[in-house]
Amino acid sequence: MNGVHDMGGMHGMGPIVEEKNEPVFHHEWEGRIFAMNRAMGAWRKWNLDASRHSKELIPPAEYLRMSYYERWVAGLVELIVQSGLMTRAEIESGVPAAGSVKAVPALTVDKAVALVAKGVPASRNVNVVARFQVGQRVRARNINPVGHTRLPRYARGKLGTIDRDHGVFVFPDTNAHFLGEKPQHVYSVRFAARELWGDQAAPQDSVYVDTWDVYLEPA
Amino acid sequence: MTTTRRDFLTAVAATAGAAMTPDLSKAHQHEYDHQAVPSDPALRVKALESLLVEKGLVDRVALDALVDAYEHKIGPRNGARVVARAWSDPAYKQRLLSDADAAIAEMGYGGLQGEHMVVVENSAKVHNLVVCTLCSCYPWPVLGLPPVWYKSAPYRSRAVIDPRGVLREFGVELPEGVAVRVWDSTAELRYLVLPERPAGAEGMSEEALAVFVTRDSMVGVAKVTLQKVGSAA
Repeated sequence: MNGVHDMGGMHGMGPIVEEKNEPVFHHEWEGRIFAMNRAMGAWRKWNLDASRHSKELIPPAEYLRMSYYERWVAGLVELIVQSGLMTRAEIESGVPAAGSVKAVPALTVDKAVALVAKGVPASRNVNVVARFQVGQRVRARNINPVGHTRLPRYARGKLGTIDRDHGVFVFPDTNAHFLGEKPQHVYSVRFAARELWGDQAAPQDSVYVDTWDVYLEPA
Repeated sequence: MTTTRRDFLTAVAATAGAAMTPDLSKAHQHEYDHQAVPSDPALRVKALESLLVEKGLVDRVALDALVDAYEHKIGPRNGARVVARAWSDPAYKQRLLSDADAAIAEMGYGGLQGEHMVVVENSAKVHNLVVCTLCSCYPWPVLGLPPVWYKSAPYRSRAVIDPRGVLREFGVELPEGVAVRVWDSTAELRYLVLPERPAGAEGMSEEALAVFVTRDSMVGVAKVTLQKVGSAA
């Protein structure tokens, strides 16, 4: 979706503020919501792509006003309600629905430690033909899907070169909407900074965008 | 969707508002929600956690373990050790650049949000800079969780269109002869910058070198110097 989350190239967002000796979490609740997102993900009612999309759906003015972890709160609540793990009424009241059965947590301590240590690979060991080769000239397609996509607006319609083939990965545009993994090659595509931004960019600079196979067409 | 979202935010505002000001009327809550929604996330998160625990959906001890891992165990010191080894061991550096996952695993690091690593090397001719314009993708096993500025709109918007301006704000002035490569982490690849080894570090041990390798240098917004001892960044 062409949301405010797709920020590459926007102006007017202000100076970059670096905090010296920054803590990992600024408030206790930030750590708790971070951990709850991981623990609730273990129910496998949604996936990482759906989780990202839940935050993209926050209306733009609210997205910009919210702090980073406030977006995590909003996104998690939406995912919980949409997946049916809890009702909105339960979240509003803070009380479990009458007669609801207590579950056994999906993420135990052992599983949490293993999750951190092993991660969740998004690559897939399947044989999918790569439509493009390293060194090939390509154009990022001019697509404007209303759903989730990882092709940033600034790259659409632009000419680039395949820099490397990372292998086969789950496709977020379908996976975020539970429409299948549609595994395909992901390439690092090099775009000259001047192709993206015109003459104001330095001629020797470039931006590399990791790009799924179907985002590209031969140039 | 807008209606659903609005309803949700109103509901959340009502919950948060009710906890703070029990006498707030329904009509007022609706007007109030724009301030109430962001004002007390601590209360909302606490209520959400209690409910999830009561429903048996999360285990509090597992949450504690996750917080502890990222607050105390996983952070940029991991990446600094990888960089220092690459500076000290040419064969390791080759492995790191050609198969980062395996080379980082050799050092005992890996896992969540570092499943697919790429290491990009700075030189006298090339400067690399990492960003995630779409969200906040960052190589957790080697750098920990990202700082606020990395996740902020100013950095995400400008790193791709004005990387030299961004670098200048961080105190790095690049000569024209140096090419800037910006890596936008739009997929599941996670990027670590291998900074240039500072001059004057000849003969230093890996352990001694690692002390000077900052988080910012591994994101690409700083260079490594021998002056920055003890900086938490």
